[in-house]
Amino acid sequence: MSVLATITLDRAFGPVVEGAALVSEEGFSPRYDLDRWSGLITKPGHKLEGQSIRDRICFFPTAKGGIAAGWAFYDIKAKGIAPKAFIFGVTNPVMVQGAVLAGIPITEGWSENPLGLIGNGDWVRVDPGRQVIELLRRAA
Amino acid sequence: MLGGAQGPAVQRALQFQLEVGRFFGAERFVPITNAHMMGDIEVLGDAGLALLREFQAAGARARIPITTNARCVDFAWAERLGQDAGECAKEREVIAALQAMDVMTTDTCINYQTLYQPHLGERVAWGDTGTCIYANSVFGARTNFESGPAAMAAAITGRTPEYGFQLDRHRRGSFVVDLSAATLADLADWGAVGKLVGESHQNYYAVPVFIGFRRPPLADELKQLGCALASYGSMGMFHMPGVTPEAPSLDAAFGGTVSDDVERMVITDASIEAVYAGYDLGDGDARLVVFSGPQLSLFEIKSLSEKFAGRRVVPGSMCVITTSNGVISAAAKLGYLKPLEDAGVAVLEGVCFYILQNLSVMREKNGWKNMISNSAKIVNIIGAHKFRTILRRTDDCVDIACTGRLV
Repeated sequence: MSVLATITLDRAFGPVVEGAALVSEEGFSPRYDLDRWSGLITKPGHKLEGQSIRDRICFFPTAKGGIAAGWAFYDIKAKGIAPKAFIFGVTNPVMVQGAVLAGIPITEGWSENPLGLIGNGDWVRVDPGRQVIELLRRAA
Repeated sequence: MLGGAQGPAVQRALQFQLEVGRFFGAERFVPITNAHMMGDIEVLGDAGLALLREFQAAGARARIPITTNARCVDFAWAERLGQDAGECAKEREVIAALQAMDVMTTDTCINYQTLYQPHLGERVAWGDTGTCIYANSVFGARTNFESGPAAMAAAITGRTPEYGFQLDRHRRGSFVVDLSAATLADLADWGAVGKLVGESHQNYYAVPVFIGFRRPPLADELKQLGCALASYGSMGMFHMPGVTPEAPSLDAAFGGTVSDDVERMVITDASIEAVYAGYDLGDGDARLVVFSGPQLSLFEIKSLSEKFAGRRVVPGSMCVITTSNGVISAAAKLGYLKPLEDAGVAVLEGVCFYILQNLSVMREKNGWKNMISNSAKIVNIIGAHKFRTILRRTDDCVDIACTGRLV
């Protein structure tokens, strides 16, 4: 499969995954923004309000506060509503600790802002070992 | 440890810490003296409780003192609040599993005010972002945001990977915030500063340096500031030259000299008033007033006790205070609780309002639309429960609770 675009990453954890992208202009916290029973972003006014993170490759520019992610990612993984991967511009240790515990790939730092480059529903591959994200095809 | 000679719990905890350390490029582990963890059924879920049990069954024991953060149930209030009996029973199982691993279930998010005050340079592993930023900034101790599993792992192994705020290079100031045009008379004003600075600089490694404050801030004011910075900005540290120990001077706060082109942000009374004016009041619903997130110190309880004395929470409204067992015990002994109880204020122990089990159901059942608080942090973090939130000064919060009118 040809690669339409490549973003290189500063740091990454986890196995290779592929999935549909969910790209946010706004930062993320599982405690502040997410309904941890449905997987929907429910914070009123969040740029992705009403969207589900389930099985998505989630792009967030920043991490917001919140120590909860440490346990919450493990919990949403067990509930079957976890994303395939978390891609952060800037993150914090809680997100990393939570993702490592849950076995969810997580990355920090990007060579290019995915906003504008990758659209919602575009199919992407995250390869933490090679520290790259590859855009494989556009959403239909 | 990694080979399993010290048992499977230590092995698993260290493997987890190694992966986290590897992500951040940590070169070594450093010993820690104290840990503080979040662990309650609301955030753990069934999977988290099962994981605690696995660790317990694997023989996990804390090697250093570890305390717990606020939890989601005050058992004395659970029924009155309509909390789920099944989840409350699980919360008891969480507590039992933690205690079996020698975790001290103190259930407070103000451990830095009530339990343990690490010294300059002391390495700890604390969770709840408010505790971290206070430890790094006000005590000059060293910790990253250590979430529940990370703090627990650190207590089991007695160490933590050296990255982030464990390293000198991340502890230097990154921009200046001038407070000289701000009066900052109320706790909520300090939280508003944290909101303004945090929201505009969301970055774990951004370290604001506050100058120009008109008087030495009190511990409760630094608490509100720190909690708001951590909440809105995901920040782990700040400096205040002349107040915080790693900033004897402005230059020292920047690790030598402050460069001429450093970013300078100015906070004024007008920018703080704009924060208060910026909230959508909806239909003006004013039936829920909350003093929580972080828990209140004994000094805050005393102050509220005086403000509520002789007044009553208006029928149909609910006013909640949350604090720790230690503070409640002292407040009862000193006579500060009775005026609050007489006024109809619910004083909850060992919990924080925003993590209360069943909160969304409680909101729907009571028809609450707005939540009013003097804590900028809780105003920020309760969003997922679909409250419209409004920050108000302490006196205004008391008036709103007693009149039912939102101003």
